[in-house]
Amino acid sequence: MSVRGKVAIIGAAETDSLGIIPDRSALQLHAEAARNAFSDCGISKSDVDGVAAAGQSPIAVADYLGITPRYIDGTAIGGCSFMVHVRHASAAIAAGLCDVVLITHGESGRSRVGAAPRAPDGASLQGQFEVPYGIWGPPTLFPIGVLRYMKKFGLTHEQLASVAVAQRKWASRNPRAYKRALITLEDVLASPMIAYPMHLLECCLVTDGGGALILTSAERAAAMDLPRPPVYVLGTGESAESTMISMMEDFTSSRAFRMSAARAFAEAGIAHSEVDHLMIYDAFAHLPIYGLEDLGFVGRGEAGAFISEGNTEPGGKLPLNTNGGGLSYTHTGMYGMFAIQESVRQLRGDAAAQVPGVNVSVAHGVGGMFMSAGTLVLGTADVART
Amino acid sequence: MSVDKPVPKPTPETQPYWDGALAAELRIQRCTPCREFYFYPRLFCPRCMSADVQWVTVSGRARLHSYVINHRAAPGFEADAPYVIAIVELEEGPRMMANLVGVEPRPEMLTLDMDLEVAFAQRGDLRLPVFRPASGSVS
Repeated sequence: MSVRGKVAIIGAAETDSLGIIPDRSALQLHAEAARNAFSDCGISKSDVDGVAAAGQSPIAVADYLGITPRYIDGTAIGGCSFMVHVRHASAAIAAGLCDVVLITHGESGRSRVGAAPRAPDGASLQGQFEVPYGIWGPPTLFPIGVLRYMKKFGLTHEQLASVAVAQRKWASRNPRAYKRALITLEDVLASPMIAYPMHLLECCLVTDGGGALILTSAERAAAMDLPRPPVYVLGTGESAESTMISMMEDFTSSRAFRMSAARAFAEAGIAHSEVDHLMIYDAFAHLPIYGLEDLGFVGRGEAGAFISEGNTEPGGKLPLNTNGGGLSYTHTGMYGMFAIQESVRQLRGDAAAQVPGVNVSVAHGVGGMFMSAGTLVLGTADVART
Repeated sequence: MSVDKPVPKPTPETQPYWDGALAAELRIQRCTPCREFYFYPRLFCPRCMSADVQWVTVSGRARLHSYVINHRAAPGFEADAPYVIAIVELEEGPRMMANLVGVEPRPEMLTLDMDLEVAFAQRGDLRLPVFRPASGSVS
């Protein structure tokens, strides 16, 4: 069974503001995003019979909103959880388990209001085999394979820095982006060293914010009087590797990325050349590099040059991370929701830095430190019908 | 307030690993039927699922596979920063995370694939496997 074209995203919205929101708890951010998503598509909460969330329990979200669900998905596998929520919800809707699913994200990543503690237990695998070595958050873990990638493929520090420069060009066109001032390679390379080889400007932001999506069947969407065009789910994928990055099979490529993307592209039945717009979860500057290769847009070892030559920038042939990404737009901790939001905006034609004529958009997320992946191929009605 | 470095808490399946480290030996598991060494410790072989697995004291020789030099110390590591968090590849095949000791934390001192050997650092009541440049290796 394929869900291609059978399910649509009818509502999509973010919290009123993003960035530093000290007056909202994580749960409030979920709720605010949900209410904005209801307004976005003009449906009422009583129409919703399925709830999915990560970070906060979907039960907490449903109860806060006064929704009695008959479908609940608490998949919490890191920042790509929301791609996977869309995947699971699509299957559930297509199978008739529920009719309208609300997916929420809200995280007080910066202000830490009502946020869950982060430290793993000393008896967990990570607590025994990684934490004792002085790991301190994602900057000490996520980039641990970059030097191996550099040795294998000749990626330069300048090419790595060019990822941050390219994305800032997109962010400069987006009033909601947290960082908008244009930067140069020199700025990136002169920014403080966080964990060699990663400089500050090659690491994501740490912000507060949230987002929500509402999905229903294409059939139901067609019968609704929606203020904005539905965005159709063409193909989806998910996969996982290890909760410990030190156990990665290949430090220059993500197995989870490859598996997840291959499944999503196969289901969508599209070629890479048909992708008009691409979001690759960028917690760090090397992620778009790994992503472009593991998703199959360029060959192994080619992504650094591809980005530094301007192909992903405004006006380039493959617009990538057009909201500015986790590096410049926002990064609450589980950024995947914001990548999907931007794909939806681009397909609706109402993005801040709109790319002309987007009919197919891919949103690819990562969870943990190359721990998991989720991929969505989304399209307009024109593509979904073919 | 100063904080101690984190101390791992052994579980039944990892206890032999930590016991080995306390005796200054690096012990990992090897599957008897498929002859593969693997890490981290498991009840059975992750490849063939045979429960016929043995604890083996390995050579402690390894090569530097990849690393970061962390400039923002984790709690308890303030006096060490910047310090190296590495992925090392054991001579027997498996890879693991470890700190590098006995070498300056500068990129020019840290060549990928350089030869390393295991050492053990006291951590609470346990000893933690770490790695240093192999004796006799040119640095």
